[in-house]
Amino acid sequence: MPADMRAKLGQVELPNPVLAAAGCAGAGRELAQFLDVARVGAIISKSIMTEPRTGNPAPRLAETASGLLNSVGLQGPGIDAFLQRDLPWLLSHGARVVVSVAGQTVREYGALASRLSDAAGVSAVEINLSCPNAEDAGRLFALDPVTAGSVVAAVRGSLRPDIPVFAKLSPDVTDIVAVAGACVAAGADGLSLINVLLGMAIDPVRLRPSLAGAYGGLSGPAVRPVAVRCIWQVAEAFPDVPIIGTGGVRTGRDALELLLAGAWMVGVGTAIVHDPSACSRVARELEEELAALGADQVADVIGRAHRAHGRTLGRLVNGPRRV
Amino acid sequence: MSEAAAGPVQVRATVLTLRRVDAYHALTLVAPAIATRFRPGQFVTVAVGGPETSMLGRRAFVVHDVRPDHGGTVELVFEALGPGTRWLAALRARDSLDVVGPLGRPFPVPKNPSRCLLLGVGYGSAPLFTLATKLTGRGSSVDFLLGGQSADRVFGALTARRSGRSATITTADGSLGARGPVTAMLEQVIREARTEVIYASAPVPVLRDVTALAARYAIPVQASVDVPMACGIGVCMGCVLPVTGTDGITRIVRACVDGPVFRADLVRWDDVGTIPFDALGAPGWKPKAEGHLHAG
Repeated sequence: MPADMRAKLGQVELPNPVLAAAGCAGAGRELAQFLDVARVGAIISKSIMTEPRTGNPAPRLAETASGLLNSVGLQGPGIDAFLQRDLPWLLSHGARVVVSVAGQTVREYGALASRLSDAAGVSAVEINLSCPNAEDAGRLFALDPVTAGSVVAAVRGSLRPDIPVFAKLSPDVTDIVAVAGACVAAGADGLSLINVLLGMAIDPVRLRPSLAGAYGGLSGPAVRPVAVRCIWQVAEAFPDVPIIGTGGVRTGRDALELLLAGAWMVGVGTAIVHDPSACSRVARELEEELAALGADQVADVIGRAHRAHGRTLGRLVNGPRRV
Repeated sequence: MSEAAAGPVQVRATVLTLRRVDAYHALTLVAPAIATRFRPGQFVTVAVGGPETSMLGRRAFVVHDVRPDHGGTVELVFEALGPGTRWLAALRARDSLDVVGPLGRPFPVPKNPSRCLLLGVGYGSAPLFTLATKLTGRGSSVDFLLGGQSADRVFGALTARRSGRSATITTADGSLGARGPVTAMLEQVIREARTEVIYASAPVPVLRDVTALAARYAIPVQASVDVPMACGIGVCMGCVLPVTGTDGITRIVRACVDGPVFRADLVRWDDVGTIPFDALGAPGWKPKAEGHLHAG
């Protein structure tokens, strides 16, 4: 019997737990040529800022072994264009929308949250904390528990209470559990793990950095073990906090691995660059993986590897808390 | 045909043939859904390296030819320069490939019959031949100006001579046609052919020079840019360049969805690879309401 693939994001039921990760699905329109956006668990928008933004000079991308380095620099149309054009398009095509927000100051995050409070049809907000903090010499918000927490508090405080807030964390920290704890304490309803790792490649022919911006964010299958480790650690510390696991998922089996580590839902990101129909394929493959395991529902495998490891996460006893 | 039917598709295509054409490789794929949707100037992307590949970016190629055989075939031309293209060059007949296409903005064709110059450098000439067929079919005349590093890097010289009203060839080493870059012959060709429209597919520095020269003769140029792409569908934001809109505002646009064919006079060729300070959303750029703070 096929497993029940449904997942819950706040009050919103998702047809499956496979989401299009922020930054790799645009605002859904490009992918709609290759799949039905209504059948993707949810579309997490490319991070939106208050104003339009050009992003960084090219070259912005470099291919590494099983990885992709990018320094796109948050190019985007700004919140006004997103609300006028992109969000209505996604909703009219039946998609569930998670809006990723990015800011240069804590205040900008809060302002974005206020704007989103007035918009109908936002299933959740994901806070991209891997942005340079203009008030702290460009240090990423995600690197410091206190700073990360203050962003979460600003968003939570400005956003309609029925819209859940997920904080997306960077793996480039000494103690990701500490950052996760600060975000949860500041009011995050869930966590997204992980954002890109900072990396760099040098062109051996041109003898200079491959990216115009020298370094960039590494994503793709190369980072999946880092994602699994981060999800594992955070799930162990906060078993009742929903996690969107993201990082190098290319197949249904990869998605299963992140669920086993403790993710409640799984984001597909860089794989979309390689395969525009990756989200629907991964969902289908995950369904096959669950069927092969004899799982009745997705919740049966969430955090399951912890049990085999001699620990039982709270939610496996009580059943997942449906956020 | 409805708009949806004309959009790109993702298919598993079968390799029909793979052959050497001088310094390049020509790969013919059976892909009816792409062949029937194709318009000259559009491109396709392929996934390279097989299902467990470590190469995550797709490889983008302009389409050289489409034919009705086997329900519809698509031919790509490429040079085996890196691991992805070397993997492609090692494919054999009946292998299958993940192909997405047709993608991007095709060459617009003039409403009235015109004297068209088709300019190509290296394998960049590849998209010009389906365009030539379309143009001549609509009563336009076609002159070719093709160039390359050496004789084996001028793609399609023979076809150009057969199908063009005229065909001028240049090579950097003088091994075929005139010695020098295509731009050295451009003025002469324009004058002799009394060119009214130029279609160019070449490296960015050549496109920049062609645009500048054509501007002196007030000849419109449609330019197909060859910039690295990773997704080809507009999500990765890797293939950007600064282009001025008809509203006068410069935007950082994606070559894969807004191009690869651009009205050349709108591309800021000297600023490719940079973010011009006056581009919409550039650092220091301010929304209109605060525009008075940024006089000039």
